Amino acid sequence: MKKTMNPKSMTESGKIRTPFRLLLMVLLSALAAGLGYAVSTLSSQSPGSGEWVAANLETSGVSNPVTAVLLNFRSYDTLLEMGVLLVALLGVWSLGGIPEQRESSPGPVLDTLSRLLVPVLILVAGYLLWVGAHAPGGAFQAGSVLGAAGVLLLLAGWRLDARFAGLPLRITLTTGLGVFVVVGAVLMLVGRRLLEYPPSFAGALILLIEAAATLSIGMTLAALFLGSRPEAGPDR
Amino acid sequence: MAAIPWGVMAILLPLAGAMACFLSPRRASPLGLITALGVVACAAGLGWQVAEQGAQRYAIGGWGAPLGIDLYADGLSLLMLMVTAVVGLGISVYSSGYFNREKAVNFWPLWMFLWSALNALFLSADIFNLYVTLELLGLAAVALVALAGGADALTGAMRYLLVSLLGSLAYLLGVALLYHSFGCLDIALLAERMEPSPAVMAAMGLMSAGLLLKTALFPLHFWLPPAHASAPAPVSALLSALVVKASFYILLRLWLDVFPVTAAGLGQLLGLLGAAAVLWGGLQALRQTRLKMLIAYSTVAQLGYLFLAFPLGSNVAWQGALYLLLSHALAKAAMFMAAGNILCFGGHDRIADLDRVAQRLPLSLAAFGLAGVSIMGLPPSGGFIAKWLLLEAAMRSGQWWWVIILILGGLLAAAYVFKVIGYAFTQAVMTHEARAVPATMEWAALVLALVAILLGLVAPWPLALMEIGLPFGGEAAG
Amino acid sequence: MSHVFLYALVGTGLFTLGLYALIVHTHLLRKILAINVMGSGVFLVLVALAARARGAAPDPVPHAMVITGIVVAVSATALALALMVRVRAETGRAELSEERPE
Repeated sequence: MKKTMNPKSMTESGKIRTPFRLLLMVLLSALAAGLGYAVSTLSSQSPGSGEWVAANLETSGVSNPVTAVLLNFRSYDTLLEMGVLLVALLGVWSLGGIPEQRESSPGPVLDTLSRLLVPVLILVAGYLLWVGAHAPGGAFQAGSVLGAAGVLLLLAGWRLDARFAGLPLRITLTTGLGVFVVVGAVLMLVGRRLLEYPPSFAGALILLIEAAATLSIGMTLAALFLGSRPEAGPDR
Repeated sequence: MAAIPWGVMAILLPLAGAMACFLSPRRASPLGLITALGVVACAAGLGWQVAEQGAQRYAIGGWGAPLGIDLYADGLSLLMLMVTAVVGLGISVYSSGYFNREKAVNFWPLWMFLWSALNALFLSADIFNLYVTLELLGLAAVALVALAGGADALTGAMRYLLVSLLGSLAYLLGVALLYHSFGCLDIALLAERMEPSPAVMAAMGLMSAGLLLKTALFPLHFWLPPAHASAPAPVSALLSALVVKASFYILLRLWLDVFPVTAAGLGQLLGLLGAAAVLWGGLQALRQTRLKMLIAYSTVAQLGYLFLAFPLGSNVAWQGALYLLLSHALAKAAMFMAAGNILCFGGHDRIADLDRVAQRLPLSLAAFGLAGVSIMGLPPSGGFIAKWLLLEAAMRSGQWWWVIILILGGLLAAAYVFKVIGYAFTQAVMTHEARAVPATMEWAALVLALVAILLGLVAPWPLALMEIGLPFGGEAAG
Repeated sequence: MSHVFLYALVGTGLFTLGLYALIVHTHLLRKILAINVMGSGVFLVLVALAARARGAAPDPVPHAMVITGIVVAVSATALALALMVRVRAETGRAELSEERPE
């Protein structure tokens, strides 16, 4: 019934007439020139907030300025962004019915490689998470590496056991956002503002949030790669 | 500020609700309804706070503007938040009857995320944070459109996603240029440091274009009718009522606060496009054979009115546009819900085959008719007050030609609303087994339509709220 | 003009190039890639201009913005790809057809 890709119809409906293309090129060249001119007129001195960040770095709990911005000064952006990641996964899952690729045996190379690499990737993720406090690294980098480990496992034919594919998986996926929201709310309950860490605890709280975020990001990326909700056991 | 931060809670509560619905899918519907009630309470709390103490600023993390992110609530953001709360509660009640269990599991977490994104957007005072909220909003909205399944909805969702991402990226490039020009992201600080320069002009062009695309201003509306018409009814309602208004809100904030001097010439252009949208959307709505497509084109037309305020630029004009936004949000949500009831009842939404809906679904048809009164702009509805204010602003500034657009738009709206109502009274061949519509779905539509009418009777109250914090500049009220 | 501005110009160039591809190509995968090219252009502008001050460390705020932006881009791309697969399964073509199949 359903046709697979029909090359003929693709080229027919896909053609955009040449005059239109030329007009578009002219318009977009004008846009590129305008944008380029606008960028080139910017002052060569950065008016940015680097000094502000540097001045408050000591009380932020970490010494890497990028991590300080992401997890402390502008942590609210990061909180919402964990929401974006979860929404994307919810969206992919709600589409449902994406046919799973046929089971194929991974072959000896992929099988051995994944066995060797996955533990190393987990270690690297842990290192990146830890080092983010004072050098480039952090939750997103660590989460991506963890996600890569997950993708490798999925490619090698591994699937999450049905026992864990229900509530345990969902808890892992929400941990990142959940810990963020709980930390923010608890700080409000003790009379501080949303995500206003006490300086003495800031480092520990950031590490807690980052650890939870790393786990969720890694899990979410791997789940996005899988493309559909994994079959859950009867406990749903 | 030792008081309860209602605004923050209006953002965190739906986030927590979303996670709860996700973790406990079997109880998603009751959990969602409880959260909805909580969010309404937060909006009411914030309303009381702002009315008592004036505009509120809240420094997240205690850092304050150049370093951290601020939330800001004045009359404008408060009214957006409140109309979202009212429509959101209506949509929640309606959805608890609309979706089967399987769809409800997917609907509730996404809807709660969307609500959180809306509240976060209306309260944010930081242009990069606004980008993040826009994306959260956009992705949740696209996923909700796709919930309907089927070729139309999936294609509509795909087009909507591409358009939404394009709009956001244009906006983000504008943010990059502004940040690198002035070194800050806070709207109030940007307003202070603003100096016209080529980079500012480029940023204004990019951000306006991106947001206009997301707001579906004519001729950038091509994506809206398919997406809004093919989505499930409660999703259509929240897209037309709330989501398109979010990008309009950002545009309004930017034009009022960040780009006040440089924007003078482009205002006329936006007004012209708005006028074209009113006429084009109205004519297209009249031509449609499907009820939901008709309502979607009506949204295109109604969005056009919002832009008539830009060439006028006076306090009264902005009030009129905001009033139209509020009453349209309520009326359009009611209309889509009523259409959803008709679709659910008869199995189709072909306008010509609406078989005596008047007798079979009297409450839904009443909801449609009352919402239509507000869309047409007849007294005593909210739509009437809005058009009256716009008319007054047009006459005062001597730009009488906008009045013609207001009148023509009203006539077109009357034509398409009466077309539907006319068919609803006539007999047609039954093509489908009729299905019972839950009472909650009928009443949710009717109550929202009644609130849209009520908005015309209590006009002084929202108009007074609008003035808190003087979002439209220092001009005296009038 | 320093090399920082050269990177920023490449960024705006990528943005417009991506926009061209987004409009011209009909296959959804190409459109999704085009959006990603546009995004990379914006990120390049953000990061490049952060290093304008000579000698001093680059401004960390745009770096944080780019990390946030990348996560958003990854999420959006994942959703777009899943949607594309579903559109193709439903209509047989990974395109936005203008004619409506009834």
